Amino acid sequence: MKWLNQNVGSLLELTVAHLALAVPAILLSLVIAVPIGWTAQRLRWARDPALALVGVLYAIPSLPLFVLVPVVLGIGIRSSANAIIVLTVYATAIMVRSAADAFSSVPLEARMSATAIGYSTWHRFWSVDLPLAIPVMLAGLRVVVVSTVSLVTVGSVIGIPSLGTLFTDGFQRGIVAEVAAGLIVTVLIALVLDGICILAGRALTPWARAAEAR
Amino acid sequence: MIEFDRVTKRYADGSPAVADVSFTVPSHKTVVLVGSSGSGKTTLLRMVNRMVDPTSGRVLIDDVDVTTMDPVRLRRSIGYVLQSGGLLPHRTVVENIAIVPRLNGATRPDARERALTMLDTVGLDRDLASRFPAQLSGGQQQRVGVARALASDPNILLMDEPFGAVDPIVRRSLQHELRELQRTLGKTILFVTHDIDEALALADEIIIVAAHGAIAQRGTPTEILTRPANAFVAEFVGVDRPERRLRLADAAGVEVVTDASGRPIGTLER
Repeated sequence: MKWLNQNVGSLLELTVAHLALAVPAILLSLVIAVPIGWTAQRLRWARDPALALVGVLYAIPSLPLFVLVPVVLGIGIRSSANAIIVLTVYATAIMVRSAADAFSSVPLEARMSATAIGYSTWHRFWSVDLPLAIPVMLAGLRVVVVSTVSLVTVGSVIGIPSLGTLFTDGFQRGIVAEVAAGLIVTVLIALVLDGICILAGRALTPWARAAEAR
Repeated sequence: MIEFDRVTKRYADGSPAVADVSFTVPSHKTVVLVGSSGSGKTTLLRMVNRMVDPTSGRVLIDDVDVTTMDPVRLRRSIGYVLQSGGLLPHRTVVENIAIVPRLNGATRPDARERALTMLDTVGLDRDLASRFPAQLSGGQQQRVGVARALASDPNILLMDEPFGAVDPIVRRSLQHELRELQRTLGKTILFVTHDIDEALALADEIIIVAAHGAIAQRGTPTEILTRPANAFVAEFVGVDRPERRLRLADAAGVEVVTDASGRPIGTLER
């Protein structure tokens, strides 16, 4: 408690830093995964190879990637950009499969009927495919949210500030309260973001509950 | 008028879905394609709005080859009803019906007003307007499907087994209502079904389709029933089934029509 009272300011600062890395990575992965997932679902032959390839990304150990990305792209190893790129890679690895599954879950009949009554492909994507993919997509997004929020902390090993900094600093200086605070707030962030996902999903899919209520 | 001119469609592996099929659907008439599943009847239907393009041959609407038309615009000008309505599950009833007028450029309020009017036309309560399809019965969904197909007042209506997923009693009442609607609207309807009784109930002209779209016989319901062209048609129509071979019986002075096994069907009016 004493540690907490003295460090509220830095705890808040690190929480903000943590979110500033996690949230862009989560959103980026969504923006990257949706078109890939949609294409995979349209081109049946490409689906399995593409998903396998993207899935393999998840097998890369994270620490080497934090070192490799700055070398390849010529950015600072302690920069936020480095962290966001690495986090996006892992988030995308999970999200692409979810997006492909989500678009496959859209009833064939709905897609067919949308085409039959005169939706263009582009229009159908925004008005039919994407909204009907939300429930399955959201399940994947929730996994991505939680895993990304947790993975951010690894960056602290190479000096990218986040709540993980409390682990490294706490370990080195033997302050248990600091490690505990980092752990608890990380979990809290994950829970809050997950809650936001659930609420957003409810707001975006009123028809899903209408079907359940029947 | 819709004209099929020596139309063939091959699958990617070269096997034919339909082979060298020709027939016409006269304006303001209901033509019913009836055949077993896999006979290619749905493929033929989808050639009209270019969901499927023929490998060879032409489909003409009022003498214009459909392949010269933009598919999206063509589809917006043709009403289409799918099995179990084909409604978009994430749109309310009124939104589903308003889609086609909206796609055709109507303003939101105009399209909504039109959609509500269509609910009246197909005999649905306006209270259902803000429900989602999953909150409707099968018969209600089907009616909404018909309302949507009619919403922008197309000349042509394509119906792909539209009443296949509802129970027989509801199906009969939907068939009856479609006939009533058609009497006032006079659309050019191409209707696909595997149910010969549905064909007899709705068609001005029936086309019996064998394998690969081959036409086994075409004619009015009466012609098909009384003069089946061959054994395939006779079998398909079931001319020997007891319910097709009606008899007259006398029940205490009232003339009763029975089937071949003596079960009463109705009474005779002279």
